[in-house]
Amino acid sequence: MAEPKPRIGVYICHCGVNISATVDVEQVTAFAAGLPGVAVARDYLYMCSDPGQVLIRQNIEAHDLNRVVVASCSPRMHEPTFRGAAEQAGLNPYLVNMANIREQCAWVHADRKAGTEKAEALVASAVAKAALLEPLEAREVEVTPGAVVIGGGLAGMVAALNIADAGFPVTLVEQSDHLGGRVADLNRTYPTLESAAELLEPLIEQVRSHPNVTVLLNSRVTSVEGYVGNFQVAVQNDHQSQISDRQAGSIIVATGYDVFDSRRKPEYGYGQYPNVVTTLEMEQRLTEGDLAVDGRTPHNIAFIKCVGSRDAQVGNPYCSRVCCMVTAKQAYLVKERLPEAKVTVFYMDVRTFGKGGEEFYDEVREKGVLYRRGNVSEIVRRGDRVALIAEDTLLGRPIEVEADLVVLAVGMESRTDADAISGLLKLPRSADGFFLELHPKLRPVDTAVDGVFLAGCCQGPKDIPDTVAQAKAAASSALILLLRGTVLAESATAVVEEELCAGCGMCVEVCPYGAPALHPLWNVSRVNAVLCKGCGACAVTCPSKAIRLQHFTEEQVLAQIDALVEV
Amino acid sequence: MNRGKPAALVIGGGIAGIQAALDIADAGYPVYLVEREPSIGGRMAQLDKTFPTLDCSSCILTPKMVDVGNHPNIKLMTYSDVVSIDGVSESANQRMFHVQVRKKPRYVDVDKCTGCGSCAEACRMKGRVTSHFNEGISKRSAVYVPFPQAVPLKYTVDPEACLLLTRGRCGKTLLCKDACPAGAIDFEQREELVDLEVGAVIVATGFDLLDPHLKPEFGYGVYPEVMTGLEFERLSSASGPTMGKITVDGKEPKDVVLIKCVGSREKDRRAFSLGRSSGAERQTSSRDPHTGVPYCSRICCMYTAKHAHLVRDQIPDARITVFYIDVRASGKGYEEFYDRVREEGVVYRRGEPAEVYRRGEKGDRNGRLVVAAEDTLLGKPVEVEADLVVLATAVVPRADAGQVAELVGIECSPDGFFQEAHVKMHPVETATDGIFLAGCCQGPKDIPDAVAQAKAAAASALVALRRLEG
Amino acid sequence: MMALKTAELTEQLELLGCIQCGKCTGGCPVARKTTLNIRSLIYHMLVEPEMDVDAHPELWDCTCCFTCVERCLKDVKPAELIIALRSQLVESGRIPDTVGAALMAIFRQGNPTGIAREDRANWGADLGIKVAQGGADRAGRFETLYFVGCIPAYDQRVQPVARALAQTLAAAGVDFCTLGTEESCCGNEVRRMGELGLFEMLVEKNSELIRSVGASRVVTTSPHCFNTFKNEYGLDGIEVLHYTQFITELIEEGKLKLSEPPPSKRGGREGGLTVTYHDPCFLGKQNHVFDEPRAILQAIPGVKLVEMDRSRERSLCCEGGGGRMWNEGTNLEERLAFQRVQEAADTGAEILAVACPFCLLTLEDAVKVQGLEERLKVMDIMELVSLALHNG
Repeated sequence: MAEPKPRIGVYICHCGVNISATVDVEQVTAFAAGLPGVAVARDYLYMCSDPGQVLIRQNIEAHDLNRVVVASCSPRMHEPTFRGAAEQAGLNPYLVNMANIREQCAWVHADRKAGTEKAEALVASAVAKAALLEPLEAREVEVTPGAVVIGGGLAGMVAALNIADAGFPVTLVEQSDHLGGRVADLNRTYPTLESAAELLEPLIEQVRSHPNVTVLLNSRVTSVEGYVGNFQVAVQNDHQSQISDRQAGSIIVATGYDVFDSRRKPEYGYGQYPNVVTTLEMEQRLTEGDLAVDGRTPHNIAFIKCVGSRDAQVGNPYCSRVCCMVTAKQAYLVKERLPEAKVTVFYMDVRTFGKGGEEFYDEVREKGVLYRRGNVSEIVRRGDRVALIAEDTLLGRPIEVEADLVVLAVGMESRTDADAISGLLKLPRSADGFFLELHPKLRPVDTAVDGVFLAGCCQGPKDIPDTVAQAKAAASSALILLLRGTVLAESATAVVEEELCAGCGMCVEVCPYGAPALHPLWNVSRVNAVLCKGCGACAVTCPSKAIRLQHFTEEQVLAQIDALVEV
Repeated sequence: MNRGKPAALVIGGGIAGIQAALDIADAGYPVYLVEREPSIGGRMAQLDKTFPTLDCSSCILTPKMVDVGNHPNIKLMTYSDVVSIDGVSESANQRMFHVQVRKKPRYVDVDKCTGCGSCAEACRMKGRVTSHFNEGISKRSAVYVPFPQAVPLKYTVDPEACLLLTRGRCGKTLLCKDACPAGAIDFEQREELVDLEVGAVIVATGFDLLDPHLKPEFGYGVYPEVMTGLEFERLSSASGPTMGKITVDGKEPKDVVLIKCVGSREKDRRAFSLGRSSGAERQTSSRDPHTGVPYCSRICCMYTAKHAHLVRDQIPDARITVFYIDVRASGKGYEEFYDRVREEGVVYRRGEPAEVYRRGEKGDRNGRLVVAAEDTLLGKPVEVEADLVVLATAVVPRADAGQVAELVGIECSPDGFFQEAHVKMHPVETATDGIFLAGCCQGPKDIPDAVAQAKAAAASALVALRRLEG
Repeated sequence: MMALKTAELTEQLELLGCIQCGKCTGGCPVARKTTLNIRSLIYHMLVEPEMDVDAHPELWDCTCCFTCVERCLKDVKPAELIIALRSQLVESGRIPDTVGAALMAIFRQGNPTGIAREDRANWGADLGIKVAQGGADRAGRFETLYFVGCIPAYDQRVQPVARALAQTLAAAGVDFCTLGTEESCCGNEVRRMGELGLFEMLVEKNSELIRSVGASRVVTTSPHCFNTFKNEYGLDGIEVLHYTQFITELIEEGKLKLSEPPPSKRGGREGGLTVTYHDPCFLGKQNHVFDEPRAILQAIPGVKLVEMDRSRERSLCCEGGGGRMWNEGTNLEERLAFQRVQEAADTGAEILAVACPFCLLTLEDAVKVQGLEERLKVMDIMELVSLALHNG
């Protein structure tokens, strides 16, 4: 059956003035109208707006269009929007193509003539590809009604509980022998100064007793197979070295953080002087009620902030977000227990931004804690005490302050064993080492791997309220999958033409997602369309040219290149 | 809309409301999203670029707005108010809410309106009505859409500006009606009351900003060169009144000073009384205590850094100074952004400015503005000349937060924002079952935290809705 | 060397609330012309165990305009530290001679000029003013007590202001009295100069006197008296008003008719008197009375009110308060009053209106020194009201 000739609708977006300031959109539209296969070409102020989409839908009907090209912003912004508009008009969404004339043209060039010419070339290229596009069917995949949460700290428990409350079974995998993570090690929490244990206990109890939650302590995830909606998670129990397989529709990673090792700042004498401890150790001391150093009650206590944070020297330029409040809290508690003691906090900035934070900072100073601005440069011994050497930047001169006890506000780091998890799940990391979310503003819990979500400090330092909120957010993302029961799989995947396939297996080797597999009997490769991410590595590698990457076929790409060169 | 399932109500169509609605709808449950303005989008639609990635705010927002508009499970009710919410218990664990929503009359038939804008072009009040979306910097017609990517893109007649509605007549003929090719203008429209039954309510009503007149030492309202951060956003936004050109009185500013903590971190002073008597008023002093708020507004350090960057980007040779007490750059990528901005030559001076005044002959307009502060690191007073002063004003609860709280049946914290069930462990729940909070109405926060919190509220709502299904 | 141990005072004044933001020093009018740095002084109190108070002669430069107190984010009241440190110096007698002389005169004669107490009522002797003096018969007879104040009573330049106010009150039919020669210094400046003991005495004595009159309101000439009576005395149940507030009330109630336009040197064909108003620190900044003085001026026929850039909350201190009337300070060259009168002249105004005796004296002096007499005349609002009531 002969394919109908392409009737392409081309839409050039002004994007307000974002594009039209540099690109002559009317000229590009006129140019587009003359391209082969183009039935109609229009320009509009904001193609993504309601009227813009209505325009596409109406044109599809009125002009009997069977392809659509939108020249506008990056597809990352609105590709789903335009696909949706086409679908509403009865056109297969994969017959829509986009030309990025904003991020790749108007926003990076200043010359109007050259910019317009480039936009024309990009449009011609997109039109050439559009003529060769084929309809693709979206596939729905069943979602296993259950989730696996990796990490039994605060984030993991909250996420698990939320999913369980919604009626789904959750497996909570925790590598240590107890739930509660780092919060369980805390004494009191700011700004209310409630006992951390008291806050945590009801939560732990709820998790343990919930009929939908299975807690696996002393356990580790050893492998993850599958894809969104159908994960197979292998969990190994350390003690029994027995592996169980859990099925899950969604995985939540809540593996927490590591604490900066203060030995990496040798100038502070941590590990050398018994007087120098970390805030985590301080929590313990506060819980045990023992603030003594070498058996003596300290009279001069100093806190040093930003240890291992905001520090390019140790490779952690980021802020660890919680330390200012932790320090304020500990300073307050110390002063409460030792009212006669002199308590000083050395700071660069005071980041007490949370709810009740600034007010708590006021209370801490009223309690008698002195805040001195200056990052301590080094700590030296003074008999059985130590001396902090710094510049007081408000006095504008160097100072030496003696102390019996120095508390280092250590920062958060990504866990060293996070490598294992990110390898298993193929999760990318941000520059700061924590797990990378899909979009820092609008997708704070989603990852590049569909169905895998992040909760808590494994994504970045945060305090308890933000951790709880984010864990629930991850639960929400998981619940969307679980409640819907099905998920759409990406259609732009690779397909093997089995007659051409020689069974060499190179595609299997090169695929990062384990999507192709050689059939054991027929010795041809088949691609699991749900695992396939459409990266094209296999298509390029195949020596027999047996693999077609749908929506990015060789013909389509060559047509794009030809159009670019000809213009 | 999925008729068989219990529905949720989201009050407020900013990014928090939008995200909450999308999550619940994506999970297969019907959502009513009620927004009092003619379009959803909230504050985020007013922003230029967002920190730290410098994504264009509308660009990342509009896909979500479009999603909401197109979502089969979301019933979008814009230009509407919630009139009442009454909880009706069905059993101990389950609770349904009877909600009444008032759909205000747009005087435009939304089924006919194509968003073409001919009415606004023709309107007798064109160019004479203050645009709130543009923070008062520009004017519009009495019939308007708040911004070009509005969802829904339907025009609305402003009942406080329309001559027909305020004075009973508009010339001999209604220009808007004449101009409309679709016959969509309909002054017979009346408000409509809609009754809904929902299983969960998410309050996402957002925030206001402190009135800068409360800090007279900075000369806001006296000097045209002094503006708030949000006004600056509109100025620098490509869709704003100057198409993104940062100018003051038509001239490009060469000396820009940004002042943080304007009204925030002020001990014991309340800028508002929540409709109840403010207990913070001191007995012995005749000094007016209502000038600021005691909490940190959380976002200003970062948006000020962003503003400084936007100025640097557009005016490479500008001298830019940021005055600060602390720099609170704590989120993901934030400290690195602060580093970048300083590397771009923005000078950070420690010291909270005391006042802004004009130095010149005869107090005339040619005199330059001077920002007086102490540079606490130099240890002496300094004066920095400025062509443009941007004030980072405090984030405050909406003026009607107290009334909304009463209507919904929730409490306000002492700082005036809505009270969560527990500040650490239950940041989105309220003391009332089935009612949840999302976004800045619970406290100042940036976009990532608002989105996460909105999703958290959605998670709670989904649990509530599941329970109702039995 | 006078070493003060800082810990106690730091605690007493709650200085730890300070976050060292610098808004105080940034807005301090004298910080620009002297070494006075109140933020730095607070920081020293916080971090050093001792402060050598002697090493800071600039402590006497502070005018107690309280801009720092008004603007402090953390409610720390920096100027109170200055007053506390001054009190340390007073206790050990280490104070400028002129300050000492003024304090002694207040102690002895009830006023800083040193002129005898018996002459305190001379300014209005011919006006038939009723005096509430002596015994139980005074209680409850008068509704309004006019507290004249030391400078209006004794200073030749300021006496016309008191006279104008007394005559205006009479013209409005207000039944008022004064304390006559029993009136003593209100003590506002005394406290600010650090003589806390004398201040306590004055408060006790004046409070008793004022209460015994039984008036329901006290009206003052000076914003300084107004400030201390209102905020520091604790005169519960008695309404304390500065005259601008009371006069505005009288105008609004129709009891005062301002009908005569005061003469203008440059009125020209239109007539009219261009006036600019200087907000006194103790009336404006500290007590937020901005509108009433302006209302009065605008009620005067022919007056065109123009504003200086530094008006209302940003008014520039004249350097008259905080004991500065009796102490030159560490920088005699650049007086803020010089800058102020120049600002006033630059508005094109003919009259610089004031509502405070200290402002009147310092600004008039500055006009003379700056050679601006042809362009600018300094007048108290009451003097203008007086002209407007009847022909001069």
